[in-house]
Amino acid sequence: MGIYTIFRRELTSYFLTPLAYIFIVIFLAMAGTFAFFVGNFFGRGQADLQPFFQFHPWLYLFLIPAITMRLWAEERKTGSIELLLTLPISMTDAVLGKFLAAWCFTGIALALTFPMWITVNVLGYPDNGAILAGYAGSFLMAGSFLAVGAAISPLTKNQVIAFVVTSVVCFVFTVGGTGVVLNFFTGWAPTLVVDTIAQMSFMTHFNAISRGVIDARDMVYFASVIGFFLFANVIFVDLKKAG
Amino acid sequence: MAEMIAIDGLTKRFGAITAVDDISFTVKRGEVLGFLGPNGAGKSTTMKMVTGFLAPTAGTARVCGYDIQDQPIEAKRKIGYLPEGAPAYPDMTPAAFLEFIARVRNVDTGLRRKRIADAVEKTQLGEVLYQSIDTLSKGFKRRVGLAQALLHDPEVLVLDEPTDGLDPNQKHEVRSLIKAMSYDKAIIISTHILEEVDAICTRAMIISGGRVVADGTPVELEQLSRHYNAVAVRLEDPADTDLVKAALERIDGVLSVEANKYAGILTVYPKDARSLIAEVGQAMRHGRWKVAEIRVERGHLDEVFRRITQA
Repeated sequence: MGIYTIFRRELTSYFLTPLAYIFIVIFLAMAGTFAFFVGNFFGRGQADLQPFFQFHPWLYLFLIPAITMRLWAEERKTGSIELLLTLPISMTDAVLGKFLAAWCFTGIALALTFPMWITVNVLGYPDNGAILAGYAGSFLMAGSFLAVGAAISPLTKNQVIAFVVTSVVCFVFTVGGTGVVLNFFTGWAPTLVVDTIAQMSFMTHFNAISRGVIDARDMVYFASVIGFFLFANVIFVDLKKAG
Repeated sequence: MAEMIAIDGLTKRFGAITAVDDISFTVKRGEVLGFLGPNGAGKSTTMKMVTGFLAPTAGTARVCGYDIQDQPIEAKRKIGYLPEGAPAYPDMTPAAFLEFIARVRNVDTGLRRKRIADAVEKTQLGEVLYQSIDTLSKGFKRRVGLAQALLHDPEVLVLDEPTDGLDPNQKHEVRSLIKAMSYDKAIIISTHILEEVDAICTRAMIISGGRVVADGTPVELEQLSRHYNAVAVRLEDPADTDLVKAALERIDGVLSVEANKYAGILTVYPKDARSLIAEVGQAMRHGRWKVAEIRVERGHLDEVFRRITQA
């Protein structure tokens, strides 16, 4: 009950300010631009959404922190955190309610990319199961970015700091799986270390899912990341609420 | 249960700073306890611990029998709290905000509309109900915070500076509101305004440096003032001042006499706060001095406050 009420208030609040509309428009415009121009959506001559999904981590890298930066930093700045945490709800309710609202909002933005799906179905005969997996992977990855940002937000009253730090942490999680980082370690570091770094990356797991391979390990990975950062979120709010 | 709020040995340290130092008190149903004290004395910190926002370093706070640390949800249900500065969600309208609070507080769907309407009426928010909160004046914001605290008709009210930022009419209304509600609730308010203590509190506590330095009814605190039972005399002819002063100083039980020669006003301070009005009157008649005005002073709460908190 408590979670749902917080969730409802939070989700509604996105649409009370221009934030929601600007976010959605920019997300859709960027996702389309990357897919068509950088990803060479038409030129590849293949009926799938790979060129669309492959840029999602990079889009999330700067768009998700814009959502999460205000989650707790703003509550601390306006003092409404004192009101929120003296209501008869648990800290977990407040943390989950806020997180789920942010995740649901991102889900709405993601769902609004459906014209991409229609386009590819008009032009050819794509594997719709793989596309669905791509959406699921993207949604799970968005949840992980959000959980990281939500955990960082209570550490500061300054939203800009929350934005920058979240971007950097998410960047580390993202590029961990790319050649840039892995090539640096391959050759001298033990395979175990290289594998661990690759395994810790959002990219590795997202790519696996978005190719249409839904593996329980990838799901467990994202669920663990979300769980871990939400737990950190509760602790950070408790630590920093007084200041 | 008579003791709705029971605070025992409440202490809060922030690093090396002790903000609240071993405070204990109880508040019964029907009591309005006023927290007085300079800024930074620990009033707000105490309230934050009572309402469960901050965990105490030591000591316990029980609300309606529930320990705020062990059974926070049960305790918080019983409390209506107006935090310092009356924070709310600035993007929401008061209508949406109160609806949210009613939902979080699990007010029955059937009762919700009535409770919100009651709170809106009591705090006179009707005209701004559909404007976003960040466009409201300070007074309206404060009243939104009050409405939020009253919404679920709580048994315990904790109000941190409820009249701050209100104009004199609004202050009067809020005080009347608190007074009207006080018979079946336990209320703690904090304030800088000493007249407010006189107007609504059944008991006042002066807090300084995290400790309770005075605790009693407003009248008891006024008795600590050197002005309590002092007699002020205004002479028609200021030229007589010196003679009158000498005569008054001879009265038994007079501690000192202060005189203002230009205005012809003398103030007689008694020993042990005893009443001297009869003796002073007699002395004036005996000397046949013409008196324009004579009155007994009440204690000055602000003087008590200054003396206690600066000691």
